[in-house]
Amino acid sequence: MLEGILVEGLIYSLMVLGVFITFRILDFPDLTVDGSFPLGAVIMAVLLVKGVNPLVCLVLVFAAGFAAGTVTALIHNKLKVPNLLAGILTMTMLYSVNIRILGNRANIPLLRTKTILSQVIGAASGIIPEGITLLLFMIFVVAVVKLLLDLFFHTDLGLTLGALGCNEQMVITQGVNPEGLKIIGVGISNGLVALSGAFAAQYLGFADVNMGIGTVVSGLASVMIGEFLFQSNKIALLTLRVIFGSIVFKGIMYLGRYYGYYIKMTPNDLKLITGILIIISLIISKNREKLSLLRKNNKKGGVMK
Amino acid sequence: MIQLTSLSKVFNEGTVNENRAIHNVNLSVEDGEFVTIIGSNGAGKTTLFNLISGNMFPSAGKVVINGRDVTKDPEYKRAVYVGRIFQNPTLGTAETMTLEDNMTIAHYKGCKGLKKSLNRKLRNYFKEQLSELNMGLENRLKDNVGLFSGGQRQALTLLMMVLSKPDLILLDEHTAALDPGNAQMILDLTLKYINEYRLTAMMITHNMSNAIAYGNRLLMMDGGEIILDISGTEKQNTTKEVLVEKFAEIRKKNLANDELLLSP
Repeated sequence: MLEGILVEGLIYSLMVLGVFITFRILDFPDLTVDGSFPLGAVIMAVLLVKGVNPLVCLVLVFAAGFAAGTVTALIHNKLKVPNLLAGILTMTMLYSVNIRILGNRANIPLLRTKTILSQVIGAASGIIPEGITLLLFMIFVVAVVKLLLDLFFHTDLGLTLGALGCNEQMVITQGVNPEGLKIIGVGISNGLVALSGAFAAQYLGFADVNMGIGTVVSGLASVMIGEFLFQSNKIALLTLRVIFGSIVFKGIMYLGRYYGYYIKMTPNDLKLITGILIIISLIISKNREKLSLLRKNNKKGGVMK
Repeated sequence: MIQLTSLSKVFNEGTVNENRAIHNVNLSVEDGEFVTIIGSNGAGKTTLFNLISGNMFPSAGKVVINGRDVTKDPEYKRAVYVGRIFQNPTLGTAETMTLEDNMTIAHYKGCKGLKKSLNRKLRNYFKEQLSELNMGLENRLKDNVGLFSGGQRQALTLLMMVLSKPDLILLDEHTAALDPGNAQMILDLTLKYINEYRLTAMMITHNMSNAIAYGNRLLMMDGGEIILDISGTEKQNTTKEVLVEKFAEIRKKNLANDELLLSP
């Protein structure tokens, strides 16, 4: 059970990292995610069924996600459409694209297909239990992605990307085209989301065009949960926090799924729970601000006396 | 250095709200000149800066900087050689990022690559530059800029702009949002940098005595036009009273013109 939560949390943490980049770093609430997550899943599934090299598959999946993000950023940049609407447009279009990729089907099973996960498990079978292999492998994948992201955000380009969400005028003042930066940022984000979808499809044993519904909301909930864990302004800790947040979120969802029936809850209620979780997070962080303000004022009052 | 030829900007052209913010402005600023600009609200000072920096495009006319016609260049392209500081001290820096990250972004202008510039050498260079501000910022490289005061942030913006060695700097009432002490400090710092780096500068100010005391050329704007342009000894010898008088004189003439237009 614990392994399951950890593995799921790690797989989805790639998506949460993407959501973190758009929502928190770029300040570009991007809803493309709901479409690029299944995009990654269906491309991975179709390519694996065709017997394409798994590493090539991952590269193509990332590229497809990046392309989806580029479309959203271009709609936003060129047509001056609000970013939310641009994301919704791409997400809706992706639904049809995903069905096309699957060959006019809504889903595809992967149970008897060789996947990256099944190959890794096969290679270690007999030595390490299946669950642990899966866990170790996903820790490795997520660690590589996290380290690459950390490195990227320390480069000049990455730093400028960080400034974009905070102060677009400053980025322009420094002679950088903010439109290009948005394409890069939203592209990387959706590339990660597609990768997450690709691993999710292998883990679940199928790809489904509807598997993206609510992805962005669960990603946001994970980001917010992570933010309660600790505070920092270092990117390495921020990305770590996102991964922890994703695991904790999956843990909460697990509890909801397995113990929810005591209060007559079904798996269908999980999306409602996710939404409520976000609302609770918002309420807590809002009151936290108030609380710290109150404390400050009390201190000031003390000085005045 | 910079030539504006019959520059005009009309907002909401062809509607009842038509507003001629800049009307047929011709201006040539030479290398090393420090121009102060005064004028009442709505005179077109900020619009003029917007047109020079590329934040807005003119309805008619040409903007030439360093012999290059930049009329159609977007703001980010012009920003490489035009530095601009706003009244709002928060606009120049990214508050959720550390001081050293902010300075890394600013230390060269233009397209950024996948290079990691921030190293010990650059950090020491930043510390050196920051220590000249005498604010103790050199010991706060890892602090978020959002923790600094308005004066500190404006001083930092100024420093960051100077480090990128712009050809022209535009100062848009950059001391107006600060308390008198900080405003004077920023003004002194501006002057120091302009002299040290021989910058060409244009400064909008609402403070007439500052406009007279600083710089070597003074422009007065009204109704989207430059109505007074003095430099050299004429500017040095001018006083607040003389300026007010001239302003009234020109305005009266305007008024007279209006009356002439209205009477049959």
